[in-house]
Amino acid sequence: MKVYKYGANVDTDVIIPARHLNNPDPKALASHCMEDIDTDFASTVEEGDIIVAGPNFGCGSSREHAPLAIKSCGVKCVIAPSFARIFYRNAINIGFPIMECAQAAEEIQAGDQVSVDFATGVITDETTGKTYQAAPFPAFINGIIQSGGLLNSLKQRGVAK
Amino acid sequence: MGMTMTQKILARAAGLESVQAGQLIEAKLDLVLGNDITTPVAITEFEKAGFTQVFDKDKIAIVLDHYTPCKDIKSAQLCKQAREFAHKHNITNFFDVGQMGVEHALLPEKGLCAPGEVIIGADSHTCTYGALGAFSTGIGSTDMAAGMATGLSWFRVPSAIKVTLKGKLQQHVSGKDVILHLIGLIGVDGALYKSIEFAGEGVASLSMDDRFTISNMAIEAGGKNGIFPVDEKTMEYINGRVNRPCEAFQADPDAVYDSEVVIDLDTLEPTVAMPHLPENTKVVSEVAGLPIDQVVIGSCTNGRIQDMRIAAGIMKGKKVASNVRCVVIPATQEIYMQAMKEGLMEVFIQAGAAVSTPTCGPCLGGHMGCMAEGERAVSTTNRNFVGRMGHVESEIILASPAVAAASAIAGCVADPRA
Repeated sequence: MKVYKYGANVDTDVIIPARHLNNPDPKALASHCMEDIDTDFASTVEEGDIIVAGPNFGCGSSREHAPLAIKSCGVKCVIAPSFARIFYRNAINIGFPIMECAQAAEEIQAGDQVSVDFATGVITDETTGKTYQAAPFPAFINGIIQSGGLLNSLKQRGVAK
Repeated sequence: MGMTMTQKILARAAGLESVQAGQLIEAKLDLVLGNDITTPVAITEFEKAGFTQVFDKDKIAIVLDHYTPCKDIKSAQLCKQAREFAHKHNITNFFDVGQMGVEHALLPEKGLCAPGEVIIGADSHTCTYGALGAFSTGIGSTDMAAGMATGLSWFRVPSAIKVTLKGKLQQHVSGKDVILHLIGLIGVDGALYKSIEFAGEGVASLSMDDRFTISNMAIEAGGKNGIFPVDEKTMEYINGRVNRPCEAFQADPDAVYDSEVVIDLDTLEPTVAMPHLPENTKVVSEVAGLPIDQVVIGSCTNGRIQDMRIAAGIMKGKKVASNVRCVVIPATQEIYMQAMKEGLMEVFIQAGAAVSTPTCGPCLGGHMGCMAEGERAVSTTNRNFVGRMGHVESEIILASPAVAAASAIAGCVADPRA
């Protein structure tokens, strides 16, 4: 599971440019993911790969198409020191894992082989042998993730018709 | 411990006596908003989850404003999906071409946002309604689907940055300069997960249109919301628009803030944000003379009547420079009509600007002014990210209507005071 590494403030306009939002099909979105900052990403990304980036990942627009595009590429998770708040919500709500860990985000390099354990929040860089501990989700948010996303959790609670 | 304005609104909506920063709550929603890009994704999720009813047909607003009037077949399909859902569920506040405007200019104008209310919108600039003393914030399509089904949403109660405004804006300086200056000070993640709460004697001198512009770009500092205290100007604005009881919340005197920023309006200069982040701010005189190819005056940030008046005041009797394409987009039909009555449209057209029906269009590189490789725009919109208005090697300089209009005439970045 190789790593793609990007800088600070990766915005949702570069994750999935607005010119492609007229087709919300996840596969179509995936085919254009990151193209404005990394033209090779969509053609080289493989199931289980990981994105590591700088602070404020996913800033800008509220488009849920952004985490959806990354998820649909097969990316296993995004690791960053911090996430823009709407991206953070959207990722949780669609059941896409994100991990906040400044040290891992700084030290892990592009091309490293990395494994993650969502249950414990442990990130292992197998290339360097170093391990990192990501911040755990609050129980309420973990509940949403465990239910398989926000709408499933609401259905389980029986709060909507 | 005292609460901020935002915390008081959230406590009320969650049915709690008080809340603290960091607390997770579930709040009752007064309005759920979506547009033609985000609503179709929400509808698909709503239906996939098996929901069959909306919580309140009067408390959902669907505005087809981003790619409309539809730019291509795919966007027409999205609008059709949103339109059919709105009709099926008898959504009261559905705005199609002819009635629609840019959502964050339209909703306050229609009286759909009021002090003390809790509003979520599947559009990041939903934070605009903080200008009215509401808690409003951007969310995604799944949150919109959940909000439409339940009338509830979860929030982590934010801490706050207090922004104290002193003095009074000088000529050719407006709300856009205030918010760009603030983003330059605190950075694009300076208010991440936080409220920006405006205070101080300087607030009273700001028009409602200035306040809408300022709250609108709270998200560009990473903010959850950007909120103003309610005063006489707020009440004057909602009078005749809002016909339901609403409540103005004031921050407690002992409310706790993470930090405080003071902005002196008296000395604030016209400010621009250089490519490719809204925090790359400069005083306009530092970059005056930089060649440009396009000027856009409009959007949820600066497409209101005050913005049209400022731009027309500078362009009156003058011509757009031959090297520049200038696109003017009044944000709503009401603003368009008012601008016509005041003769502002005549000014723009005689100057050689293109005037468009309301749309988000060029702001997100949708249509009505995409840029080619190597081109540069001065724009009154809100984002200057890589590729935002077209080609990945085009550039956007964010500016006020005064700077944009002066630049259109000069053919380069220009100081409206020069």
